[in-house]
Amino acid sequence: MSTVTTPAGRMAALARAELTLFGRSKATLVSALFVPLVVPFSVRTAFPESDLKDAGTTLGLVMLNAAIGFSLLFAVYAALVGVFTARREELVLKRLRTGELRDAEILAGAATPAVVTGLAQCLLLVALCTALLDIPAPKAVYLTVVGLLLGLVMCAALAAVTATLSRTAESAQVTTLPLLFASMLGSGIAVPLEVLPDRMASVLELLPLTPVMKLVGGGWSGDLSAGEALGSMALAVAWTVLAVFAVRRWFRWEPRH
Amino acid sequence: MNTDEHEHVIEVTDLRRVYGGGFEAVRGISFSVARGEVFALLGTNGAGKTSTVELLEGLARPSGGRIRVLGHDPYAERAAVRPRTGVMLQEGGFPSELTVAETARMWAACVSGARPVAEALGLVGLARRADVRVKQLSGGERRRLDLALALLGSPEVLFLDEPSTGMDAEGRQETWELVRSLREGGTTVLLTTHYLEEAEQLADRLAIMHDGRIAAAGTPAEVTAAQPSRISFELPTGYFVGDLPPLGELGVCGHEVDGRVVRLRTHELQRTATGVLTWAERARVELRRLDVRSASLEEAFLGIARAASDAPAAEKEYV
Repeated sequence: MSTVTTPAGRMAALARAELTLFGRSKATLVSALFVPLVVPFSVRTAFPESDLKDAGTTLGLVMLNAAIGFSLLFAVYAALVGVFTARREELVLKRLRTGELRDAEILAGAATPAVVTGLAQCLLLVALCTALLDIPAPKAVYLTVVGLLLGLVMCAALAAVTATLSRTAESAQVTTLPLLFASMLGSGIAVPLEVLPDRMASVLELLPLTPVMKLVGGGWSGDLSAGEALGSMALAVAWTVLAVFAVRRWFRWEPRH
Repeated sequence: MNTDEHEHVIEVTDLRRVYGGGFEAVRGISFSVARGEVFALLGTNGAGKTSTVELLEGLARPSGGRIRVLGHDPYAERAAVRPRTGVMLQEGGFPSELTVAETARMWAACVSGARPVAEALGLVGLARRADVRVKQLSGGERRRLDLALALLGSPEVLFLDEPSTGMDAEGRQETWELVRSLREGGTTVLLTTHYLEEAEQLADRLAIMHDGRIAAAGTPAEVTAAQPSRISFELPTGYFVGDLPPLGELGVCGHEVDGRVVRLRTHELQRTATGVLTWAERARVELRRLDVRSASLEEAFLGIARAASDAPAAEKEYV
């Protein structure tokens, strides 16, 4: 026997093919690269600086949070719902399943380019915001890193769940909306949770991306207690585990007949 | 590797597949394929061929029964089986924006002991199309690409689901040649087809599926031999079926009259034909549109479909 394949090698091959496809789809490129880099800066005018100061945050931090949130939502989550759905409709997933690739490898391999794009984008945004917006150095950077990594994995898993509910690539543009809106409005991405009434904020804390954003922001402000940080991590992990369970149970590998 | 598995590379026992909606696509079939054999599953659309092959490929768990491919359960022991099988699905399943070479390269990296991409593309005559995007390929070229990917790992067992559908006559001939040379190299091939000629040309043994069951199985000669031969002709004006010699004495096992055309079925073609022609000679009549034809796979195939539609089986109520 000559070369025997390994999971890493198989996923790398799939990721490479998926990256090629990513580069060839203009629509995906625009929504994944352009939206997160531009849209967050529109929140600049939405909140008067004084309100934010009263709520104990700064415009720079609000914008950085928004930028990272948009990156997770658009470059990772929405892009991957489209990828998973399109590959299923093209029968690519079915074909991949006839070979040596395991189910988890197929999804992870296909998700890799978007996850890496999201990560690179977040790092770039951090650099940009730090340079342009006069943001103080993060006080607990490990929280930001943990939050970011949890967010990337969770968004990929949630994308697979959403793809399960999407019949076609077109309908995927609709099925992504609930999580996009809920997160933008309720997870402290487009609207900082600090400016919302406490009671509402405590409900919104249970949304999947809220703990992620709390960790990311908390890393900067340094005012997240150990208990809060652990609670957020646990909640993010719980959402991810739930999503992975749903994918294992219900993911559709073939189009409906 | 134990030696037992070399006897039967594929073993299927009382296999069933019921879809979510309750539709029973495969209703208890059994067959086996020996190493090096080309086995064809033949049937009309909806007979259950693809549903069966998908189970053999390990894409889904059977609702009932047992499958062994190379001695393993292809669904539960996927990792043991996959490196030794090649699969050509009924429909491509390639991202349309990748080129032929990119697609093959991706697949090659996922196949243990893959042959060089160029060699695989050369086998199916796609070498010159390597840099073309999949979306620009013709239907036949896509089938060739699919075949190339199935052959990348030089599999011991090859599953081909309607391999030549969508190919032109030349492509079909080339595919047949390829399958023959693979068999000579010892590859076991299970293929589905609704082209009778394809099964006749390639298969060492075959099974005809109808309504999720195997209606007939054996070598092409065996399946054909079980079928009656046919004679048909137009009765001369003024003559009726009753004017013919007693049909039983001619060895006729079934007949039908359609206007003036008489169709006889017989297992003793020479005896029946002689009887009919001798009668015509003596009566000094000409049998117009005379057609004498020995049993063929086509007859077998049509006979099975006819038998099924003649007998509206009770089970159809459930469908």
